[in-house]
Amino acid sequence: MTAEMNWGGTNRLPNRGALIDRSRPVTFSFEGSLVEGFEGDTIASALCANGQWMISRSFKYHRPRGVLTMIGQDANTLVQIGDEPNCLADKRRIAPGLVVEGQNYFGSFDSDAGRFVEWVSKFLPVGFYYKTFHEKRSSWRFWEPIVRAMAGLGKIDPHAHHGYFDKQYLFADVAVIGGGPAGLAAAAEAAKAGGEVLLIDENPKLGGCLNYARFDESGEAACKADGELLNAVKAAGNIRVMSDAVVTGLFADNWIPVVRGNRFYKLRAKAIVVATGSIEQPAVFRNNDLPGIMLGSAAQRLIHLYGVRPGKRAVILTANDDGYAQAIDLLKIGSAVATVVDLRADPPQTALSKAVARAGITVHAGSAIAEAYHHGNKEHVVGVAVAPVAGEGQLSDPTASYECDLVLMSVGYSPAAHLLLQAGAKFAYSTASHMFEPREIPAGLYAAGSVAGQFNLDQVAAGGRRAGWAAARHAGGTVGAEPAEVSDPGAAQQTHPWPIFPHAKGGEFVDFDEDLKYDDLINGIADGFDNVELLKRYSTVGMGPSQGKHSAVAAVRIVARETGRDLAALTVTTQRPPYTPEKFGHLAGRIFDPERRTAMHHRHLELGAQMMPAGIWWRPAYYGPKAEREKAIREEVNAVRNDVALIDVSTLGGLDVRGPDAAEFLNRMYTFTYAKLAVGKSRYVLMTDQAGVITDDGVACRFSEEHFYVTATTSGVDAVYRSMLQWNAQWRLDVDVANVTAAYAGVNIAGPKSRQVLQRLCQDIDLSAEAFPYLGVREGTVAGIPARLLRVGFVGELGYEIHVPYGYGEALWDAVVEAGQPEGIRPFGVEAQRVLRLEKGHIIVSQDTDGLTNAWEADMPWALAKTKPFFVGGRSTQIMAKMPLLRKLVGFTLDDPALPCPEECHLVIKGGEIVGRVTSAVNSPSLGKVVGMAYVHPADAAPDSKIQIKIDGGRMIEGRVVKLPFYDPEGKRQEM
Amino acid sequence: MKIMNCPLNGPRNISEFVWGGEVKPMPDETKLSDREWAEYVFLENNTAGVVREWWCHVPTSYWFIAERNTITDEIVKTYPASEVFKSRVDFAGAKP
Repeated sequence: MTAEMNWGGTNRLPNRGALIDRSRPVTFSFEGSLVEGFEGDTIASALCANGQWMISRSFKYHRPRGVLTMIGQDANTLVQIGDEPNCLADKRRIAPGLVVEGQNYFGSFDSDAGRFVEWVSKFLPVGFYYKTFHEKRSSWRFWEPIVRAMAGLGKIDPHAHHGYFDKQYLFADVAVIGGGPAGLAAAAEAAKAGGEVLLIDENPKLGGCLNYARFDESGEAACKADGELLNAVKAAGNIRVMSDAVVTGLFADNWIPVVRGNRFYKLRAKAIVVATGSIEQPAVFRNNDLPGIMLGSAAQRLIHLYGVRPGKRAVILTANDDGYAQAIDLLKIGSAVATVVDLRADPPQTALSKAVARAGITVHAGSAIAEAYHHGNKEHVVGVAVAPVAGEGQLSDPTASYECDLVLMSVGYSPAAHLLLQAGAKFAYSTASHMFEPREIPAGLYAAGSVAGQFNLDQVAAGGRRAGWAAARHAGGTVGAEPAEVSDPGAAQQTHPWPIFPHAKGGEFVDFDEDLKYDDLINGIADGFDNVELLKRYSTVGMGPSQGKHSAVAAVRIVARETGRDLAALTVTTQRPPYTPEKFGHLAGRIFDPERRTAMHHRHLELGAQMMPAGIWWRPAYYGPKAEREKAIREEVNAVRNDVALIDVSTLGGLDVRGPDAAEFLNRMYTFTYAKLAVGKSRYVLMTDQAGVITDDGVACRFSEEHFYVTATTSGVDAVYRSMLQWNAQWRLDVDVANVTAAYAGVNIAGPKSRQVLQRLCQDIDLSAEAFPYLGVREGTVAGIPARLLRVGFVGELGYEIHVPYGYGEALWDAVVEAGQPEGIRPFGVEAQRVLRLEKGHIIVSQDTDGLTNAWEADMPWALAKTKPFFVGGRSTQIMAKMPLLRKLVGFTLDDPALPCPEECHLVIKGGEIVGRVTSAVNSPSLGKVVGMAYVHPADAAPDSKIQIKIDGGRMIEGRVVKLPFYDPEGKRQEM
Repeated sequence: MKIMNCPLNGPRNISEFVWGGEVKPMPDETKLSDREWAEYVFLENNTAGVVREWWCHVPTSYWFIAERNTITDEIVKTYPASEVFKSRVDFAGAKP
C-alpha cells in the first residue's frame, strides 16, 4: 500500500464514494487532532473514515453518540465549528483548516465528567422541571446553576461577527422539492408542458436514494433508473436545478423559503411537487444509541457516498427488504454480516433475502435485538443479544448473542411530510402500511414518491410523472393525457408496527436529542399527559433539534397503546417550520435598513452636525463636536433668540389637499374649523382618532379656496395620509389628497433678524409685518426658487418656513446661509428646536402625548371647534368632557437652582401613588432655569401647585406648576 | 407569505398591505347614547367566519375592501370601497 492510498482514513474503501474527490485531500482538526479527508467529505464521514466514531455527547446524560442518519436529520452529530455552534457534522462538508470541537462535555471529550449524570438519572424524572419547580420557588435557586451548566448545546460566542448573508426572490411555474427518483421524474414530466421548472434538492448530487440504496442484488436497477431519470432532466431545457438547497417550510399561497449556503431564497411557485421522501426510523431497544448503531440507510450512505466502511462485522435488525440489501452491500465491501435479525415471524422470500441466504448468513426470523453491549466507556457497540419476539414489544429470553462493531436498524419509514403538513395536508395512519399517509392535499400541491407511500422504484417514477403532470396542468401548462393513478402495495412491507422493545434495565432511547427513554414516556402518560401534544411538552419528546423526526412516530405508538386508543385516530405532533435549523443570519440577510436623507444632508455633515434618527430620516441634532454638545445647543438657542438661525425642516410631513370639498374635508379630519380660514392664512391642526386620542398636529395653509397645504409630524405623516384616504373612501368628498413630503425641502429661518436676511432673497413678496403677518402664508420666489412661505411660531420668534421643490433644497440652504452672513446666521438642530419649542410650551405629539391622551388632558380645549357638526373623535371628545379628568399636562419649573433637570418619564408622585410623568424637560438657556412639561394630578394643575418628581436613584425633587408658555407669554416676538 | 389580490394593483405579497379594521359603517353619532357610541368605537364582533375588512395597499395608498374567512384565513374576494360606499356622506346640523 502506498502512502497515498492511506490518505483519508483506515476505513476508506477503494472505488466507492460518489461525493468525494480523491484527487483533493483536505486536512482539518477535530478536538485538536488533525484529520485527513477528501473534498466532498462531511465532517462525520471523514471522522468515521479515521475510526473516530464518537462525534458528540448527548444532551442530558452526556452519553457518547455517533452517526445515526448521515443526512443531517438527527442531533447526534452536532458539533462546534469555531464560533458557530450546533453544526450538523453529517451535512457540513470539510474544508482545509476547519476547527471542529465536540459538544456537551465537561473536561475532556473522551472522559467527560458529566457522563456520571446518568448514574443519578432516577433523580431526573420525566417532567423534572414541572415537578421540581411547581411548588417550591426556592428550588430554582438550587437547580438553576446546575441546569444552566449542564443544558444547552454548543457555545455561543457573543463577539461573533454577522457574516455575509443575503436574500433573493425566485419564481417558477412548478417547483419540485426533492431530487430523488420521484422528483426527477416529476420535474421531467412537468417540463414537457413548457413552463419554468425548479428542482430543489438538499444534497450535492441529484438522485436521492439512487446514489446509495440497493434495489436488486447487482445494484443495476438503481444505476439504470438514475441514468434515465437524470438524462431526462438534463435534456429538458427548462429545468433549473438547485442542489445543496433546503426547503425549510411551505407557507400560504405556495411561498417557499429555500436556504442554500448563505443565501435565503423566497420562492413563489404556481404549483409544487413535494417529493421529500421518507425518514428511516430507528428501533427502540436497550443501548440503541451507542456509536456503531445506525440506520441502515446511514451505513449505505457512508459506503456509497463517502467510500467509508461503517464496520467490520455487522448485525442487521430489519423488518423489510432493505435490511437484506444492506447485508449485500456489506458483503460486497468485504465486511462480515454476523446475522440478520428480522422482526417479521415469516419474512417473505425475495430475490434479496434469497441472496443473503445463499451467502450463508443466519437469519433470526421473528426476533429482535434485546440489548446492545458496550465496554465501560460506552464508546462503541461491541455486541448484541438476540431474543424471539413473544408479542407486541415483548421478548422471550435471549437465545443468541453476537459480537459486532456495527448494528444496522432497518425497521421502517415515516414520510417526510413536514412541508405537506405545514401547507395544510391531512395525513392519517394506515393499518396496512403502518405509516402515516396523505389523505387530503391542498390544491396546487402534489406528492410523489415515498412521502406518498410509493416505494417500488417503478411506482415511484410513475408517481413522480403523475404529480409532475398534475402540477404543470395546475400551473396553466399544456399537458398531454393524464397518467394513471399510482398505488404501491409494496408499501405494506416497509414498516414494522412495533419496533419497540423495553428492557428490564432500561436504556431504550426513544428520543436521542432529549435523552428520553421508553420509561420516561410511560411515566409521563401515567402522570396524566396522555395526549400526544401534552406528552410532548411534558416530556420534551420531539422538542430537540431534530424535532421528532425519529421520535414522533414512536411516541404516538406508545401513547396509542398505553391509552388503548386506535392509532388511526391519532396524528403526529404538529410539524412546524423550519424543517432543518435556519440561522438568524439567513432571516436577517444583509440587514438592509432603509434611511431617508434630506436634500441638505451633505451640508449638515460639512458643518460638523451630529446626526440623529427621526423615524427613518436623519436629522442634525446639533452642530459641533460631541464633547461640546451642551455648549452647541445653548449657542444655537441663543442665535435664534437674539439674531438669526436656520434649520432644515424637510422631514416635516406635507399634504396637498385640493378640491371643492378641501375645507369641508379638513373640518372633518381635524378638531378646528377651516371653512372660513382666509386664503393666505394658516391655522393649527390637531387630529384625534375615533376614541378622541390625539394622533397628530401641524398647520393648514390655505393657498386658494380649493387648495390647502397641511403639515404633519415627521413620523406621523404616513399614518395621517393613510387615515385621510380611508375616511374619504367612505365619505366620497370631492377632494384629492397627495402626500408631498418627499417633494419638498424646507428651511425655517428664525430669529429677530430673519426678515432682513430673507429680504435679500425675496423680492416678489412684501415681507413687512403688515403685508405678511404672523400665521400668513405666501407663494413666491426665494433666491429665484419657487417657494411656499409660512410664518409659523414653533420656536417662538419671528420666522419664515420656506418650502421649495426637493431638488432646490441645497441651493436654498446655500442661498440663505450666504444672505445671512452679515447677521452671522448659523444653523440649528433638532435639540435646540426642542428647547425653543418647550420654552414656548408647544407639545410634540407622541412625546408629550401618549396612546391615551385626549384634548382635555393635553389642556387644549382651545383647539376644539364647538359649532361644526362633525370631526373624527368629536363625539368621544364630548363624552370625555363629562368624565372626571385623570391627569393633566402642565408646565413646571424647579425653583431650587441646585436641583438636577429631570428626564423624560421620571414619575410624578402624589401621596405615594404615581399620578403622572415628566414628558419633556430642559435647562432653558433663555430663561436660566429648568422648565418642562409633565402629567400631574388634576388637583395640582393650577399654577404654583407643588409637584413631587421622582428622579434617578429614587430621589424626590419638588417642582412648581407654571402657566404656559414659559417664554414670551404675549407672543410678541413671533408676531414682530 | 400570502398573496392578496388588490383591486387596483393585482396580486401582491401580503406584506405590501396593512389591515384597516372591520368595515362597520358609522352610525349617526347624534342619535346614539354615550354607551352605544363607546360600543361602536371599542367593541368588535370578532366573527368566526367571513368578515368584511378594510385593507390598504401601502405603496399606492389604495384602500379597498376584502372579504376574509377568519377561520381559514382565506381571502374570499376583494373589491373597491366604492362598491359599498356608493354616495357622498354629509353630516347635518351643528351639535348642541
